[in-house]
Amino acid sequence: MDDMYRELIIEHYKNPSYRGELDPCDHSYEDENPSCGDELRIMLNVDENNIITDARFEGHGCAISQASADLLLEDVIGKSVDEVKNMTKEDVLDLLGLETLGPARIKCAMLSLKCLKAGLYGVEGHAWEDII
Amino acid sequence: MIDSTKILQDFPLLQQAGPDGKRICYLDSGATSQKPQSVIDAVTNYYEQFNANVHRGIYPISERATKETESTRNKIRDFIHAAASSEIIFTRNATEAINLVARSWGEANLKAGDTVLLSEMEHHSNLVPWYMLAEKIGIKVEFIPVTDEFLLDMDAYHQLLKSRAPKLVSVTGMSNVLGTVPPIKEMVREAHAAGALFLMDGAQSVPHMSVDVQDLDVDFLAFSAHKMLGPTGLGFLYGKKALLNAMPPFLGGGDMIGKVHLGSFTCAELPNKFEAGTPSIAEEVSFGAAIDYLRLLGMDAVYEHERQLTAYAIEKLREIPGLKIFGPLEGARGSAVSFTLDYVHPHDVADILGSRGVCVRAGHHCAMPLHERFRVPATTRASLYIYNNEEDITRLCEALLYVYKLFG
Repeated sequence: MDDMYRELIIEHYKNPSYRGELDPCDHSYEDENPSCGDELRIMLNVDENNIITDARFEGHGCAISQASADLLLEDVIGKSVDEVKNMTKEDVLDLLGLETLGPARIKCAMLSLKCLKAGLYGVEGHAWEDII
Repeated sequence: MIDSTKILQDFPLLQQAGPDGKRICYLDSGATSQKPQSVIDAVTNYYEQFNANVHRGIYPISERATKETESTRNKIRDFIHAAASSEIIFTRNATEAINLVARSWGEANLKAGDTVLLSEMEHHSNLVPWYMLAEKIGIKVEFIPVTDEFLLDMDAYHQLLKSRAPKLVSVTGMSNVLGTVPPIKEMVREAHAAGALFLMDGAQSVPHMSVDVQDLDVDFLAFSAHKMLGPTGLGFLYGKKALLNAMPPFLGGGDMIGKVHLGSFTCAELPNKFEAGTPSIAEEVSFGAAIDYLRLLGMDAVYEHERQLTAYAIEKLREIPGLKIFGPLEGARGSAVSFTLDYVHPHDVADILGSRGVCVRAGHHCAMPLHERFRVPATTRASLYIYNNEEDITRLCEALLYVYKLFG
């Protein structure tokens, strides 16, 4: 669908608000989609009440993977860690303004939430379906 | 001269409308080709008219199935100019054909420290079987470098033949990413002079040009049916008879045996020795129709059609802002044209093109080392065949200009 490349995604891909380093940070986790070459590292600061106070990402890849990271971080700052743990695939698609994605691209969209959750849970090496 | 507009009529899938309502613009024949009606009909005809297992059935439909699969073997023999039909082994795909050589010839003839010489532009199917052999028996794997001009470095090849004295050189007849066509005949002569055997991975070259195994003097040739109008699930290994005869069997089971006793067996004669189990009968039968189709066109005409269309595609693609082609711009090259756009990831390109009915491939095209060599994570690839024409190139370029409008 051309629809997929609506203004929102292209804008967040070209001019991301949350791309950059968070140093020092409480949590950092990186992951990739080897089949696409998408790479992503998410950094988080979490306060004593388990609220995410700041977040940044670094990486490169397709518009879907990078815009999804930017939109997701924008959304989770100010949320509690428990709220993030309960986020679903549908939440990410909502953020992207998409109803659905094909099997080849869903991995790109889910890389950011997979990375974020894995960073918070401290697990790695699973498919996004296992983590999200 | 090929009339691609007339040819289009023979391919039912290419009559379909894409997502934008126009006919599908299929530019991914390097991955798999479309199939003409005659091949599709041959599959159906087998299942409707003479579906029976081959070889030992002594009744008319089984005998017909055996006769027609062997007829395909003879057509392949003629198509690649092999000396004998028994030199043509049916496999599942080109990958399995290369694995057959690595496991059977490799394990019987190579020992720890022996070198197999590959190139930096090989498909994973001509890399991983040799890496597996390196892990198993300790062979060394060396690589002919690719120059910045996207050609094999022939000086380095000559050096490697001298310094490493490889037992086998295994190189593609046409890079599935760059389109580069190496000088195989010259390379074979030099390999033989240095005491090495030569395997050509013909998955990309056999569908697109005339290949004469006796003239090239290759020892082994691997290729697959589905990239040359045929069905999936069928590939081929050509090997010189003396080599195949001396090789141990690959897979064991029915069909590949002479006699089986409790505790022992003898091998069948070639080619059955390497064809264990019930073969892909419908595929073998229908591939005969694919060869008929290509022979009617003539492989020199196929090559010339693609040469002209590829030159036109390269000329038009170079007009797209920020587009960089990975492959020779002229000279001996095939019809795979890979490129990057400096403002957008190849997956986004392929996705947007797909939504406009233009089917291209994006990724590393099973050639990760080559992409590492040129320091790009992925490329977008358009690959052409007999049914493509200038209108397809126009649609590709229009779609790419739309991508530029969105992302550039």
